[in-house]
Amino acid sequence: MEDLYRENLLDHYENPRHHGTLEHPDITHEESNPLCGDQIRVDVRLGDDGTRIAEIAFSGDGCIISQASASMLMEEVAGKSVADVQKLDRQDVLDMVGVPLTAARVKCALLGLKVLKAGLYQYLIDHQQP
Amino acid sequence: MVMEKVMTFDVERIREDFPALKSMMHGKPLVYLDSAASSQKPEQVIAAMDQVYRTVYANVHRGVYTNSEVSTELYDQARAKIAHFINASTPEQVIFVRNATEALNLLAYSYGRHFLKEGDEVVLTQLEHHANFVPWLVLAQERGVKLKYIPLASDGTLDLSTLPELLTPRVKLVTFAHVSNVLGTITDPRLIIEPAHAIGARVIVDGCQAAPHMPVDVQELDCDFYAFSGHKMLGPTGIGVLYGKPELLDAMPPFLTGGDMINSVSMEGATWADVPAKFEAGTPAFVQAIGLGAAVDYLTALRMDAVREHERELVRYGLERLSELSGLTLLGPTDPSIRGGALSFTVKGIHPHDLGTLLDREGIAVRTGHHCAQPLHTCLGLTATARASFYIYNEPREVDALAEGIEKAKRVLHK
Ligand SMILES: Cc1ncc(COP(=O)(O)O)c(C=O)c1O
Repeated sequence: MEDLYRENLLDHYENPRHHGTLEHPDITHEESNPLCGDQIRVDVRLGDDGTRIAEIAFSGDGCIISQASASMLMEEVAGKSVADVQKLDRQDVLDMVGVPLTAARVKCALLGLKVLKAGLYQYLIDHQQP
Repeated sequence: MVMEKVMTFDVERIREDFPALKSMMHGKPLVYLDSAASSQKPEQVIAAMDQVYRTVYANVHRGVYTNSEVSTELYDQARAKIAHFINASTPEQVIFVRNATEALNLLAYSYGRHFLKEGDEVVLTQLEHHANFVPWLVLAQERGVKLKYIPLASDGTLDLSTLPELLTPRVKLVTFAHVSNVLGTITDPRLIIEPAHAIGARVIVDGCQAAPHMPVDVQELDCDFYAFSGHKMLGPTGIGVLYGKPELLDAMPPFLTGGDMINSVSMEGATWADVPAKFEAGTPAFVQAIGLGAAVDYLTALRMDAVREHERELVRYGLERLSELSGLTLLGPTDPSIRGGALSFTVKGIHPHDLGTLLDREGIAVRTGHHCAQPLHTCLGLTATARASFYIYNEPREVDALAEGIEKAKRVLHK
C-alpha cells in the first residue's frame, strides 16, 4: 500500500506547488473528469514575447493522483518555453508521478496536462498571425 | 431450525464452487466486494456453457437436425427455469435481452414510444441507475413526455408520502428500482404498484439488485414489467431478462427487427412472431441463457430466502463494523431489514478513488465513483462514493479485511 502513495506524491498533494489563481492571466482553462469529479483549473501568464511561461498556477479538487500530478507538472513547466511544454506527453507525466497506475487512474494523472495543453492550444489559435 | 440454516448455507462450501475467488490480487488473497457491479461465477455455470460449446452447439430455431433441436430445447428449458424463478405464469413472459439496460431501453422504445404521447407523465425516483433514467430522459426530450421523481427521504428511503400528489391522471408509467445499487434501500414494490395501478398507470420494476439477492414473485408483486441482468446473479455477461404481462407484450410493437422475430415476410411487409420471439430478433445469446439457467438452479438449491438472510447478516455486521471507523460516513438506511447487500460510504479527507486504489493493493475489490447514479449523488451533495457489496460467497472476515484496509489507507494518507 505504502509504495503507491509515496511520500513525494503525498507531499505534492498536501503542499501543492504553484497552487491558486493568477490575476490577469493570459490563459485560463478548466476541465473535469466527470467520472470521478476530479477538476483542475490552470492559469498561465506568458512572458512579454508570448513564448515563455512566466507564471503558472493551478487550483482544483479531486483525488491525490490528479492533484499531486498537477502540482508536479506546474513545477516542471514554470519558466519553460511554450514550445517545450507542448512537447510534454503522457509518458512525461507518468514518469513524474513515478508510481505504477492502473488505466482508470492514468486518466486522473493526465488531467492537469490535458487542461494545460488545451489552454495553450486555444491561446495559440486565438493569437495566430494571419 | 438453526441447524438447518447452517446446513443449507455453508459459505466455505459455496466458495469452493467459485474458481475466481481463489485468485490473488497484488499477491493478496482476493476479497471480492463488488458483486453489485457483477457477481463471480460458479463452476456449475461455467460447465453448463462449456458443455454446450463442446457438444451439441448449433444455432437455435431454424435447424431440423438433432443438435439444433437439442440447443433449442436447452434454450427453452432455460427460459422455463427463469420463469419459475420469478414465478411468471408462463415461460413466454420471459424475454431474453442482453442486460437490464437493454430491457429498459426496449420498454422506453417499444412501450414508451407507442403508448405515451405529449403531455403524459412518467414517474421515476431520485435514486435510479442511469439505465432506468437516461432512456426516459431521451423519451421525454423526444416526445414531450414529462418526468417526475419520487424524492429521497433523509434516511435513504423513498419518500412515498409524496405518491398521492405525484400520481395524477396524466401519469401513464411508473418505474423504479426494487433495490438501490448505491444506498441498498429496499423498496416494497407493492407500496408503489397498488396506488399506481389505481390511477391506471403501468409499472416497471428495475430488479437488477433484487432478483439476485431475494425471492421475487412477479405475480404477487403484480408489476407490469420486471427487468434484471444475468451477470449480477452468477450468470454470464450478455444475458438479461425482461418479464412482462402477456397482454402488454402482445400489444407492444417489436424493438429490434430482423430474423427470428417474424411470422412471415414478403416484399410488401412482415407480420410479427408471437411473444417472446417478437422481441428476440437475430440469433439470441442462447448459450448465455443456458448459463443463466444453471445459475438459477444454483440459487434455487440454496433457497432465495436463505440467500437474503445470509446477506442481511453480512449487512448488519458491515454496518456495525464500518460505523466504528472514525471519519467514515455510511449512506442509506441503517436498518438491515430494509437494506440490500450494498454498503456505500465516504471517508473524510480521502477521495474514493484513492481509497479504491489503496484497497486494491490489499487485494480488496470495491467500486468507487458515482455507480451510474449521478442524479442520486447530486442529491446527496457528493461526486463519488466507495461501495462494498456482498453476495452468497462473502464472509464476515471479508468485512473485517475491508475495515482493516480502510484503517491502513487512513494511516498511509495521514488521515
Ligand atoms: C439498479 C440497477 N439497474 C440497472 C443496472 C444496469 O445493469 P446492466 O449494466 O447489466 O444493464 C444496474 C447495474 O449496475 C443496476 O444496479
